[in-house]
Amino acid sequence: MGKFIASAFDRSLTRLLAWMLPVLALLLLVPVLTSPYQTQLFTYGLTFAIAALGFNLLLGYTGLLSFGHSAYFGLGAYSAAFMVRYFGIGSMELYLLGGVVITALVSAVFGYICVRHTKIFFAILALALSQVLWTLAYKFFWVTGGTDGIRVPFGSLTLLGGLIEFKGRGAYQSFVQHYYYYVLFLFCICTVLMWVIVHSPFGKALQAIRDNETRAQFLGIRIRPYRWFAFLISGTFTGLAGVLWVPLNGLVTPDILYWPFSGEIVFMTVLGGFRNFTGPIIGAITFNYLKAYAVASTQYWQFLLGFVLLVLVLALPTGLVGAGAQIVAKFRARWAAARRKEVVT
Amino acid sequence: MDILVVQVLNSIFYASILFLIAAGLSLIYGVMRIVNLAHGSFYALGAYVTAWTIGTAAAGAPISLMFLLLPAGALVVAAAGAVIEPTLLRPLYKRPEEYQLLITFALLLILEDVMHFVFGGMPLTAGVIMDATGQMRVMGLAYPVYNLVVIGIGIAAAVFLWAIIYRTKFGVMLRATSQDRRMASALGINVGRVYVQAFALGCFMAGLGGAIVVPSQAAQLGMGVDALVMAFVVVVIGGLGSLEGALIGALLVSFVRTAGIQFFPEVELAALYLIAAVVLVIRPTGLFFVRSA
Repeated sequence: MGKFIASAFDRSLTRLLAWMLPVLALLLLVPVLTSPYQTQLFTYGLTFAIAALGFNLLLGYTGLLSFGHSAYFGLGAYSAAFMVRYFGIGSMELYLLGGVVITALVSAVFGYICVRHTKIFFAILALALSQVLWTLAYKFFWVTGGTDGIRVPFGSLTLLGGLIEFKGRGAYQSFVQHYYYYVLFLFCICTVLMWVIVHSPFGKALQAIRDNETRAQFLGIRIRPYRWFAFLISGTFTGLAGVLWVPLNGLVTPDILYWPFSGEIVFMTVLGGFRNFTGPIIGAITFNYLKAYAVASTQYWQFLLGFVLLVLVLALPTGLVGAGAQIVAKFRARWAAARRKEVVT
Repeated sequence: MDILVVQVLNSIFYASILFLIAAGLSLIYGVMRIVNLAHGSFYALGAYVTAWTIGTAAAGAPISLMFLLLPAGALVVAAAGAVIEPTLLRPLYKRPEEYQLLITFALLLILEDVMHFVFGGMPLTAGVIMDATGQMRVMGLAYPVYNLVVIGIGIAAAVFLWAIIYRTKFGVMLRATSQDRRMASALGINVGRVYVQAFALGCFMAGLGGAIVVPSQAAQLGMGVDALVMAFVVVVIGGLGSLEGALIGALLVSFVRTAGIQFFPEVELAALYLIAAVVLVIRPTGLFFVRSA
């Protein structure tokens, strides 16, 4: 395992880092260069990116389409909200710990049930289970606040074990700035972690299962445990994103457990392209801007989103990153051909 | 006792509507293997069109005319389906099913806002019909006659659909296409046409469900999204692609729901989803799946 990680770092990850460092530098400058509103909007995008990254381990790498990932996002969010409401906890680290443990447990159970099936039955089963959580959040209003939800004000939040607090004047600006770096840090960790996972023997086995289940079985891969573990990791990543989303939004309502939100997670991933590692990240950030501006500019934002999805499915099935990669490849081929001609003449 | 009778009637009323939606969903899946996430929106569209026709366009008309206008919603939805299948769905049959699911999700988003745009944000009703048909006494309790009309339409639709599928030439072609698309095509069946007809018929059922529900409850935004998950529960319990399953599933869901609202309102919905999940785990093809259906 150690040898594998070393070799993975040697080759692909270092190449990715060389490419990513300028991007990272730009990301670090976001709060300096833009307004608090823009920073906050971008932070939303990063949390969704973590969720989509987790989701794509199932869709892109294992070939399982879950229409119930709102469950894990919402579960992470509600675990943090419950800690505020019932225990008065303000520490972000405790939220993360609690949220991750709870979503890992629940996705282990739900995953165990779901991976017995594939294709459409998997999708519907995941949806049905997520709807159970939604109805519980919706109906047990004396516990969950019902449709009013639970407030999680940033004023009582502390980061890094109480080191950073947001009180007094300029609290909002300070929160936005500090919280951005907090989320960015976790986003980077999640990205590297996911990169290692999908390039590990485990990740390769998942891709083998995706491409040909029977052959993978002949190779001795135990399909169901692999799928289950992929489900578990996927749900936990999405749950972590849910926890990070809560203080940013300041409020949790059952809407994030309802199935159309699962549809949005799928949307983000397909928008970026689910056959690429970076696809879900780009897709989630783009989707977040798309939705924010659509909601701000028209009452009929759903129409706009639906239309974009329609065009995407019909004309750009590989998503933004996939289409971009195709264009780059085309130009490279043309450039190479031109150079060859030069050499000949 | 009298309460029980009324509750049973209510369950059958609800089951009639649910059956119409779920049977359409099941039919479309059975023939073209597409899970139509926009199916609930077709139901809502049918409700809106009928409510608008009766409540606004034909306001003040005699009640018999209004009854004739009731299926307007179903016809509009069927026409919409006949346009959507060849334009949007047909290019995707060869692609993985994720894309088919996604395109119907896109359709759902679009339809929700089209209805919002065309019919406005306020609920629309066709309550005139409900008022005109009056009430009757069931075991000493007042009960709207219209609910019995809906039950009648539900039963008629079930019989009608059964007759189409099992007793007509079109039904034979439909079943042949659903079993083996390429073989059916080789035998000279115009598969493309069967697909359009099946999709339009499925949409018609959903639209009819919306059209007949609207005199008793208002058409409003979001009703499609709610109806879809209920229809999902029905087809999951009954078996995707099975007509009998949709009928049994609709009855089961309605009775559980009515009992749930009476006795355990908090977990009524959760119980339904759990039943669906348990059925999926034990028999993923549904309780009443028939291989040949």
